[in-house]
Amino acid sequence: MNAETKLGKREFRSVGTRPVRPDGVDKVTGRARYGADFDMPGQLVARVLRSPHAHATIKKIDTSAAEKLPGVKAVITSKDLPDLTDGDEELGAILENCMARKKAYYDGHAVAAVAAVDAKTARAAIKLIKVDYTVHKHVTDVDRAADPKAPLVMKGCITQGIDPAPKKASNIAKQSEFGHGDVGKGFKKADHIVERNFRTEQTHQGYIEPHACVASISPDGTGEMWVCTQGHFVFRQQCAALLGLDMAKLRVTSSEIGGGFGGKTHLWLEPVAMALSRKANLPVKLVMTRDEVFRASGPTSATSIDIKIGITNDGTITAGEATLRYASGPWPGSWALLGAMTAFACYDLENVKTTGQEILVNRPKTTAYRAPSAPMAAFAVESVLDELAGKIDMDPVQLRIKNAASEGTRSSYGPVYGPIGIGPTLEAAASHPHMKAKLKKNQGRGMACGFWFNFGGQSCTNLNIDIDGSVTLTVGTIDVGGARASLSLVVAEELGIDYEQVKTIVGDTSTLGYNEMTDGSRGTFASSMSAIMSARQVIDIMRARAADMWGIPPEDVEWQDGHAHASGKSKKNLPPLSIADIASRAAKTGGPIAGHTELNADGAGVSFATHICDVEVDPETGLTRVIRYTVIQDAGKAVHPTYVEGQFQGGATQGIGWALNEEYIYGEDGRLQNPGFLDYRIPVCSDLPMIDTQILEIPNPNHPYGIRGVGETSIVPPLAAIGNAVSNAVGVRMTHIPMSPPRILDALENAEQEG
Amino acid sequence: MSVLVNSTINGDPIQFSCEADETLMDALRDRVGLKGVKEGCGTGDCGACSIRLDGALVCSCLVLGAEAQGRTVDTVEGMSDGAKLHVLQEKFLEHAALQCGICTPGFLVAAQALLEKNPTPTEEEIRYGLAGNLCRCTGYDKIVRAVQDAAKTMNRKAKKKVSKS
Ligand code: FES
Ligand code: FES
Repeated sequence: MNAETKLGKREFRSVGTRPVRPDGVDKVTGRARYGADFDMPGQLVARVLRSPHAHATIKKIDTSAAEKLPGVKAVITSKDLPDLTDGDEELGAILENCMARKKAYYDGHAVAAVAAVDAKTARAAIKLIKVDYTVHKHVTDVDRAADPKAPLVMKGCITQGIDPAPKKASNIAKQSEFGHGDVGKGFKKADHIVERNFRTEQTHQGYIEPHACVASISPDGTGEMWVCTQGHFVFRQQCAALLGLDMAKLRVTSSEIGGGFGGKTHLWLEPVAMALSRKANLPVKLVMTRDEVFRASGPTSATSIDIKIGITNDGTITAGEATLRYASGPWPGSWALLGAMTAFACYDLENVKTTGQEILVNRPKTTAYRAPSAPMAAFAVESVLDELAGKIDMDPVQLRIKNAASEGTRSSYGPVYGPIGIGPTLEAAASHPHMKAKLKKNQGRGMACGFWFNFGGQSCTNLNIDIDGSVTLTVGTIDVGGARASLSLVVAEELGIDYEQVKTIVGDTSTLGYNEMTDGSRGTFASSMSAIMSARQVIDIMRARAADMWGIPPEDVEWQDGHAHASGKSKKNLPPLSIADIASRAAKTGGPIAGHTELNADGAGVSFATHICDVEVDPETGLTRVIRYTVIQDAGKAVHPTYVEGQFQGGATQGIGWALNEEYIYGEDGRLQNPGFLDYRIPVCSDLPMIDTQILEIPNPNHPYGIRGVGETSIVPPLAAIGNAVSNAVGVRMTHIPMSPPRILDALENAEQEG
Repeated sequence: MSVLVNSTINGDPIQFSCEADETLMDALRDRVGLKGVKEGCGTGDCGACSIRLDGALVCSCLVLGAEAQGRTVDTVEGMSDGAKLHVLQEKFLEHAALQCGICTPGFLVAAQALLEKNPTPTEEEIRYGLAGNLCRCTGYDKIVRAVQDAAKTMNRKAKKKVSKS
């Protein structure tokens, strides 16, 4: 059952309808070209040699035998990617991750690469490269890594963000703190306090399309790249910096993208393909295997979270406190910081304090995964809230309603909220029929809330009126799941024409100014703002052209329903002019008609969701099935409701996989034991029920149509909602994600022994 | 060592050469140019490379190119009837059963095989019938609905045909 609840006032004509997407036919006929579907004439095929060790010094690499193999055109190591990063820590980490320099930091870390005439030769050449390693002690577990006695992942790593700085090196790379009030005082006022540790394991975004690119770098320093990415402008900027090229001379074209969810915001193999191409002076195609995707492209953090929340007997939260340890791979990111910011963001708290710690481990470099870091923090907070609700015998939805943030609340991470959707999603949950449905034996119901910021940022668009009156919108944000349809709707809305008249395309890096990536749920929010501005420019131009054609003052031309109308004194006997009428005369009235906008989209509206979930747990095997699932989320304004539902359903399903199955399993030897879809099991069709959705529309006051980002929040509540449902089904509080059958059986056994 | 293979691909006689140890997936993509056959894993776990071999649904990454000798191969590229899309293709578009679309060719081929075997599947039968195909974007909801709707439409059309003749 899918429902929409509108809370805004504006009437829309195109926005809110559900047409077929412009790239759809190509995708159902096999014609759409993804990363690996593109070839350049004369291209070589590349393969990468990866470290089998979790932590080792590279003493020597002998590539001579590989170089001599007939058909091999280039072999590279880190020497072929000299460090041009000039102390830039982020770029330095990207470079070192793309190709190990002195040390390999995880199982799967690239150490050398080959380009050859075909895949077979490249594979044979890889086997001929000899690497001499000195193996060191490693650490892959987040809590073990945080222990002062743990082997150091990065020598001399002193925790940033603590004053005074600690003297001793550790794996705690960064610390960040958020909050306000006095939690000590708050806990004193509490009638009940729950304090627990929660753990979540590392998961991968699991996009079905492996990373792929084709790079061509000429000796004159010009280059081209075809790549599956969430941000081709960012890829161009970073690749140019790493390879020492002028940005303007590197043209990056984004392919259709076969899923990213954050994982394709980061460079993994592109600089390697470029370095090979530069050395061989031929185009190079590099495609990861699935094994490489798991071992060497960034998963999300494993976490360990200590949390403490106090409430009074009437259900008011008096204080919330959390220490959140997020594993980040061998280099620090901002993962714990995001966890610390989002943990308590749903609630209006007098006293709150969160501390995020970025923990280095010998695992792949962590990268964003849909609302990065928020699901784990929500798991901890929402689990404890349920437990507290139980202690005072209060309905868990009512407990949350009582403490929900609202307009004017100072958020736990600082800013004061505008109009927000947490209250309305909770009210909708309270009155949802799902809440009242009867449960059977071994079944349990859980609910949970989630928050995500949403980003805005730099966007640039072109809008061209073609001489037949059709309209092309060129954007620089990647379409990951239907954005071209949404943006065409927005342009149709603004111009007052039919959706079919508009074609939205994604331009390459040479056609537009800089655009940030499709991340942070910013794609439709930011690009639509830019598209609306471009359309308004175009309307002004067309009004002027119509005025010119009519010989009347431009002020006397109004734009309505896709037509220029003469108004005021000039009104009489002038039939309206369509876009085609105006465009066909463009050559005589001043040349082509186009709008162009560049902006920094401020004011992304924060997003909230409430999920409800029913599970059935088999007490014999510990196997859990989700039997009913409902997503309620605020979209601001749903531009294409079907795709909004799709985002809600997809995020919830990823969360279900995370909650019940998915995890990186490392052996004592520091090697990943399940780098494939057989052993890293993502949800399949038969694991799931239909995912019901309810879209709420609480307009974002900072967007002309009220749009908020919708892509990410849906993955935030599931871990907690399912955790609460399983806990309710089995009568034991679950604290470790994924709740795989052995973990559930263990929890039951422990409870029996204790009880 | 390379081998010469003659097969009927999407209804046409096609000859291609491939290495003896080359998968049919690679041969179809790189030798025949059918890039609608997608590689998600290369190990038979994702179904993105699903094709029909003599009508049977297979993962083309688990079959050798040489095994296509003298057999018929059907891929997503052969699904539509000229410019007329197959009902499944239409319903996938209508229901937005794709987000990124990388899994779509495999799902379409698998769904076609499923509906041929069982024209009136229950939701559960659809879910189990498509359990060999991974989709990371959609949560499968809209895929299942598209297949349900396609089955209905195809049955209606089939009935019309029967009552006409
Ligand atoms: S590529 Fe064949 S099953 Fe995944
Ligand atoms: S639509 Fe992206 S994997 Fe299915």
